[in-house]
Amino acid sequence: MNAVLNAAPPAVTFERHPDTYRHWKLTVDGPVATLALGIDEDGGLRPGYRLKLNSYDLGVDIELHDALQRIRFEHPAVKCVVITSARERMFCSGANIYMLGLSTHAWKVNFCKFTNETRNGIEDASRHSGIRFLAAANGTVAGGGYELALACDEILMIDDRSSTVSLPEVPLLGVLPGTGGLTRVTDKRRVRRDLADFFCTTSEGVRADRAKQWKLVDHIAKPAQFKQAIADRVAALVAQSPRSGTQGIELTPLAKTIDANGYHYRHVDVTIDRSTRVATITISAPAGTQPETLPAIHAAGAAWYPIAMARELDDAILLLRTNELAIGTWVFKTCGNPAAMLAVDATLKQYSADWLVNETIGLLRRTLARLDVSSRTMFACIEPGSCFVGTLLEFALAADRSYMLAAADDDATAPAIVLSEMNFGAYPMVNHQSRIATRFCGDPIALAKAHGAVGKSLAARAADEHGLVTFTPDDLDWEEEVRIAIEERASLSPDALTGLEASLRFPVAESMETRVFGRLTAWQNWIFNRPNAIGEQGALKVYGSGAKPKFDWDRV
Amino acid sequence: MTAINLTERIPNNVNLAGDRTLQRALEHWQPRFLNWWHEMGPEDFSAADVYLRTAVGVDAQGWASYGHVKMPDYRWGIFLADQIADRTIGFGDSFGAPVWQQVPGEFRSQFRRIIVTQGDTEPASVEQQHLLGHTCPSLYDLRNLFQINVEEGRHLWAMVYLLHAYFGRDGREEAEEMLTRHSGDVDKPRILDTFNEPIEDWLSLFMFTYFTDRDGKFQLKSLAESAFDPLARTCRFMLTEEAHHMFVGDTGIARVIRRTLEVMKEHGTADPAAIRRAGAVDLPTMQRYMNFWFTSSLDLFGSEVSSNAATTFANGIKGRPDESQYQDHNCSNATFEMEVPDGQGGVKKDAAPLRNAMNEVMRDAYIKDCEIGVKRWNMQIQRAGHEFRFSLPSPRFRRSIGAWLQVPTDPAGNLISAAAYSEGMPNWLPSAKDKAFIKSLMQRVVAPGKIAAWIAPPDRGINNLGLDYEYVKLA
Repeated sequence: MNAVLNAAPPAVTFERHPDTYRHWKLTVDGPVATLALGIDEDGGLRPGYRLKLNSYDLGVDIELHDALQRIRFEHPAVKCVVITSARERMFCSGANIYMLGLSTHAWKVNFCKFTNETRNGIEDASRHSGIRFLAAANGTVAGGGYELALACDEILMIDDRSSTVSLPEVPLLGVLPGTGGLTRVTDKRRVRRDLADFFCTTSEGVRADRAKQWKLVDHIAKPAQFKQAIADRVAALVAQSPRSGTQGIELTPLAKTIDANGYHYRHVDVTIDRSTRVATITISAPAGTQPETLPAIHAAGAAWYPIAMARELDDAILLLRTNELAIGTWVFKTCGNPAAMLAVDATLKQYSADWLVNETIGLLRRTLARLDVSSRTMFACIEPGSCFVGTLLEFALAADRSYMLAAADDDATAPAIVLSEMNFGAYPMVNHQSRIATRFCGDPIALAKAHGAVGKSLAARAADEHGLVTFTPDDLDWEEEVRIAIEERASLSPDALTGLEASLRFPVAESMETRVFGRLTAWQNWIFNRPNAIGEQGALKVYGSGAKPKFDWDRV
Repeated sequence: MTAINLTERIPNNVNLAGDRTLQRALEHWQPRFLNWWHEMGPEDFSAADVYLRTAVGVDAQGWASYGHVKMPDYRWGIFLADQIADRTIGFGDSFGAPVWQQVPGEFRSQFRRIIVTQGDTEPASVEQQHLLGHTCPSLYDLRNLFQINVEEGRHLWAMVYLLHAYFGRDGREEAEEMLTRHSGDVDKPRILDTFNEPIEDWLSLFMFTYFTDRDGKFQLKSLAESAFDPLARTCRFMLTEEAHHMFVGDTGIARVIRRTLEVMKEHGTADPAAIRRAGAVDLPTMQRYMNFWFTSSLDLFGSEVSSNAATTFANGIKGRPDESQYQDHNCSNATFEMEVPDGQGGVKKDAAPLRNAMNEVMRDAYIKDCEIGVKRWNMQIQRAGHEFRFSLPSPRFRRSIGAWLQVPTDPAGNLISAAAYSEGMPNWLPSAKDKAFIKSLMQRVVAPGKIAAWIAPPDRGINNLGLDYEYVKLA
C-alpha cells in the first residue's frame, strides 16, 4: 500500500457549505430536515482509498458537522432531522477500513475524537435544542453507520429480510467500535450484555426483526411501508419538539488569516511557537456596542460576538488538533473590557429562552467541551489587561493549571477575574457538570462559596482563596515562574500527559459521554497500538487483502 | 410426518435415515417448502403429468431417471457427488492440508453467507418464471421449463441441506428465510438484484438460462473447489443438472434465430418491421435482450476489486473455476491488471492484488464462455448469408456495481456523455414497445408436436423421444 496518512500538508480545513458538499444532501421541508448520505467514492480526504459502500472518512464527518450547525442556526423551524442514505439497501457501512489501515495512530485518534464529538453534538441538540433525530436506516447498518444511528433519538430500520445491523469491528478488524458503539448499546439502548456480546462478535450482524427484539433499533418497517413509517415517526418526533424559531441566521464564512505563525480571526488569535511547541490562544472580549434586544441580536446574526467568537474558536481548536500534533501546550490568554463581556453574559442569560440565544449558548457549550477532551496541556495566564470574566473565565476553569499575577494592592492594572451566572450550568462539560462544579469535585460548600462571589471582581488573593486559580506569582516571580512551568510541562512525555490530563479533568462524576471518550482513550487506543491490530500481520493491516491476521494469543 | 416416510420421500446419499438432526430440520422445513412451491412455483400446473428427470443417485443411471410425475410429488433429493479420497485443499493459505468435513468455527459466518447467497438464487428463479407456463411455445419447451424449475428447487434443497446439517439453529433460520424472501417482492426481495427482475416471456427465459444460469455455473464451479468438502461435493453434483438449464438457453436462442432466418428468407427482407409483421423476432431486438441479461448477469460477479473475494480465496472458501488448471494457487504475490475509469473521462490501467481481483478473473472466464454461443449463433446467420452479427456488450456497459458503476458508456464500452447515454438506452435495451411485441408473440401452444410460429422446433426430443411426444399431460 502507498503513503501513510498523516497530518502533513495539505492541512485539513473544517469550513464547508451545503452548496459544495460531496457526500451529504441537506434538504429542509418545513419542520423536517433530511440529511441523505451518498458518499462520493472518490471523495476521500487523503489519497489511497475509495469510500465504497457509503463508508466515511474525516471529510464526510466534517460535512455532517457543518450540516448540523446550519440546521441549528439557519433552520430554526426544523424540529426533526432524518438521517438516511441516498443509496439503496446500504445505509452506511461505517468508517472506511482502508483509510484506517493507512492512517497513523494520531490520525485515527483525532478522527475518532471528532466523530465522537459530532455524535455527542446530535444528542446535545436533542437534549438542549429539542431537535429530534430519526435514523431512517433504509439498508444495511454496519459499524460506524450503526454508531451514527445510535446517536439519534430513534432508529427506524427497514425489514427487507436481508439488511442487517452490525458492529463487526471485533470479528472483522480486531479493534473496537470507535464512536461509542459499545457504550451506547448498553448505556443508552439498555441492550442486555450477553446479547450485546453476541451482537458485537458476529460480523454479519442481525436482521431487523431480531434487532428490534434485542432493542438494537426502535422500529422496523417493510420496504413498502418504510416511507410511511418515516412519516409517522417524523410526525411523532416533531410533536415532541419545543423548537419555535422561524427566521434563521446565515452562518457566513469566517474571516481569518492563516500564516506561518498561526491563525488570526477577529476575536480569536492563535500564535504558534514551534521551538517551544506552544500555541498561545488569545480570546478578545466584545468591543463596541453590543445588541441588547432580541431584534438587535437577530439582526446581528453571525456577527454577534458570542456566535462569532465560538465559531472562530471551534475552527481554531479543530485546526490545531488536526494539523499541529506536536504543539502540545495551549496557553490561554484573554483581553478586552470585562464589563462588555459581563454585559454579553447578562444578555445571554436574560434571553436564553429565545431560540437563537439558546443555540448560541449551545455552540459555546459544545466548543468549550472540545477543550476538555483535547489531548493538549492547557494553561491559562491571567495577566494585566486580561479578561477572564464570565464566559471567558471558562478558559481558566478548563485549563489544567492557571497562573494569575498577584499585583500590589494599589496597582490599578492588577488582573481580576469575575464569575457570572453563566459559569454555573450554562456550559456543562461532557460529564454533564459545570466546570466549576467539576473543579471542586462536587463539593457543595466550595461551590456555594464561589457562587456567592458572582459579579465580584476577584484579584489574585481572593481568586486563590476561592480556589479558582492554581498559582499566584507576584510581579517579580511572574516571568520566570510561568516560563519554567510551561517549559517543564512541554518536556514531559506527551502520552503520559494525555492520560494524566484525561484522568484528572473528569473526576467523580461520569456520564455516558465520558465513558465513551475514556474507553476510546484507554481500550481502543491500546488495541489500536497493539501488533494484533496494526502489526504487519495485524487484523487492521491485512483486512481486505485476504490474508488472515496472525494474533499473539497471550491475554494481557 | 415420521422420519421413515420422510426418508422414503427424499432420495438421498447423505444418510438421512440415520441423522436425527437432519430429520428434525427437514420435518419442519419440507412442508414449508411444499407450501412455497404451491404458492410461488409454476402456476396452475399442479395436476399436470410432466415427463421429468429425477435424481435418485449420483451414478450414471441414478442421476437421470425419467418418468411422468406431478410436480408437487417430485422427489426432491439430497445428493453429494462421490467423495474423493484424501482430497486436499487446492488453493489459498491452507493449500495442501486435508479438506474439512466440518465447518471451521472461524469461517462459519463466511460460509453461511455464501451458501445463503447461492441458495437464495435457486428459488428466486422459480419465482421469476412462475407465469411462463401459460405461454409456452410447445409441450417440449413447457417440460424443459418445469425440469429447470424442479431442479432449481432441488438446488435449494442442496443448500438447505448444508445449512441444516452444518449450521445449527442459525442454519435452520436461514433456510426458512429462503422461503420468505420472494423475487421482486418489494418488502422481501431476493438478495441479488438480477433475481428480482421479472421473466415475463420466453425470449427472456432463454436469455436468463443462457447468461444468468451460466453465472450460476461459474459460482458452482468455484464452490466445487471449496475446502469445505460437503459444499464442494454438493456443488459438483449440481453442475451436472445446471448444464441442462444452459442447454435450454443456448438451443432456445438458436431456435428463435433459426425461425427468424427462415422468415427473412421467405420474405426476402431483413427489415425488422417486416420480420415482426411476419410473426418472428427480428435480430436487433434479440441483441437488445442479450444486452440486458448479459450486463445484469455480469454484476453477479461483484466488484472488480473486492475484499470479500480476497478473503474467501485466502480462507479456502471459494476458489477459481477449474482451480487445478492454474500454476499458482496461493496468489498472494501476484497482481491482476484491469481497465478502470480514470475519473476524468478516460480509462486507465490499474493493477490490483490478484486475490482481490478474483471476481474479475471469474468474470473474464465467464465472458469467454458466453462468447462460444454467440459465435455459434453468428455462424448460423453467416451461413444464411446475412451481414448481421450479435456481439456481447463491453463489461463496462450499464454496470450497477464496481468501478464502472454510473460511468456512461455505449455497448462497445466507449465513454460517452450522460445525455448520449440516456438517448442511446432505448436502442440498446429492450424498450416498452419491444416488450409489448414479444409479449404479443407469447401464445400458448400445447398440442403434442405443434410449435409456436416465432421459434423453430428442436433438433431432437428429450431422452430420445420424438418431438410429438406428450411431454406434459395437462389435467
